[in-house]
This record gives sequence, C-alpha cells and structure tokens, in this order.
Amino acid sequence: MVLGKASSSSLSMKSDEDVVNNNNNLRVLVVDDSPMIRKLHDMYLKKFGLEVQVAENGKNAVELFRFGASFDLILMDKEMPVMDGAEATKELRAMGVKSMIVGVTSLDSPYEKQVFMEAGLNYCFNKPLIADNISFLLQELNKNNNDKN
Amino acid sequence: MDVVNQMQRQFVDYSTSLHREGILDDQFTQLQKLQDENSPDFVVEVASLFFEDCEKLINNMARALEQQGVDFKQVDASVHQLKGSSSSIGAVQVKNVCIAFRSFCEAQNREGCLRCLQQVTHEYSLLKNKLQTLFRLEQQILAAGGSIPVIE
Repeated sequence: MVLGKASSSSLSMKSDEDVVNNNNNLRVLVVDDSPMIRKLHDMYLKKFGLEVQVAENGKNAVELFRFGASFDLILMDKEMPVMDGAEATKELRAMGVKSMIVGVTSLDSPYEKQVFMEAGLNYCFNKPLIADNISFLLQELNKNNNDKN
Repeated sequence: MDVVNQMQRQFVDYSTSLHREGILDDQFTQLQKLQDENSPDFVVEVASLFFEDCEKLINNMARALEQQGVDFKQVDASVHQLKGSSSSIGAVQVKNVCIAFRSFCEAQNREGCLRCLQQVTHEYSLLKNKLQTLFRLEQQILAAGGSIPVIE
C-alpha cells in the first residue's frame, strides 16, 4: 500500500495516443463535495481518455453502485457532508465492490491517512492530484486488467 | 512593435511576476496546461469556482468566530477545506495562511484566528484582483487575434 504521491520514475514512456487508446474503456467516479475539485479531476482524467462521472458525497457514490453502476476507479475525498469518504469506502467494500478506490485528501496527519486507508482504500494521495498520480493509477489498473485476461 | 506581440509580452511578464512573488505556484501552470480548444475557459471556470468557495468559507469562519462560545472545530473544518482548494489551484499564499490558521484553531486561540481571518481575506482579495487582471490580458490577446503564450 502506498501513502502519499507516487514516483513517476518507473513509468514506461508511451505516446499520448497509446495512453488514451489504452484507457478508452476505463470508467472513473470522482467523489468530492467541492465543485472546483470535481471539475479539476474531471479535466485531468478526460485528458487521459477516461470516462468520468462525479458524485457530491459518499452517500451518492454508494447509491450509484446500489443502482447497478460500476467503475474501474473511484477517487474518494475524505471530508464530505452526509457521508464521508471513509464511511463510503467501508460501505462499498461491505457491498462487495472490488474496484480500485483511491483516497484523495488534504489530511495532514499520517495517522488520519492510515485510518482512511484501513477503511478499504487501495492507495491514498494528497490533494491536489497531479498527472503523475493518474499515470501511476492507470498503469496499476491496466496491469490488473491484463492479469485477469 | 506588433500590438499582439506587445500584449503577449505583457501577459508573460505578468504571469511570471505572479510566480516570482509567490502568489501562484506550479499547480496553476498545470491548470493552464490542461486548458485546450475543447475547454477554452477551463482556467477561468476553475478560478470562479475557487472564488465562490473562498467567499463561502471565509463567511463561515467569520460567523463561527463571532459566536460567544467559538466552535473551533467548525472554524478548522472551513480552514481545512480552504487549504485544500487553494493548494489545488496553486494559491500558495492563501494556503500558507491556512496552515497557520489551523494551528490557532488547534490552540483554540480566538485572537490568533481573527488575525489569520484578516490575512486570508487580504490574500484572497489580492489573488482575485491579480487573476482577473491576468484573464483580462488573455481576453485582449484573443480579441486581437493572437494566441495565449505557454508559460513553462
């Protein structure tokens, strides 16, 4: 498990087109109560050729899954009204959701990040998410998909 | 000298100065790089959402600090959110005030919090003015048929 920002030194060099083509069938859910952060992450992800949906809080995210939606990757904020990121992550895992769930947070303390990780995250990054973080996650996602095939 | 070239030069100088003065950091440059012909107003839209966020959060902090018995957890929650938003747009001075602000919340120091509130309000107003100037310079270049220079 990784805490903090991922290093990009081990990423393979692919052309932009290759990256976008590889990612065309990956669906991402951005869960954050800030319209600004939702817009920012939406843009970053679309640049990588990903299909993006947004949810305003943990409860909305859980309901999407309950109604049959599925996503390859969930970017989960921690501090949200109605249902926070840790609670939503626990619920999704309890429902049997196996998608990659990545915490994106401005939490300062390593202890708080660890508690969030223990809710069922695969990784946890600091805000703001940067292109290197997304490259890393997509590599991991594509690796997982290749292992399954 | 070509008018468009002059405006482009002015834009580059102004943008560089904002970074040099420590008002914006590399995160803002990353946002500018995300903007393209499909989303030509992306940076302006993100900035507008940021300004709305700031105003709402600053009001929340002010109201909470006015109370007889200040709920420092509530103040801290707003500061925490503002810290997240400001670092996401590259507003480094706003972010830095938020860091100090959180310490005063933790110490339950009302005077310290009020000073930080004043500072954060000042930094936010300064940033808003500077960004609006930057966006105006961009609009002038585009109106004159030029393109916005990419700042590395």
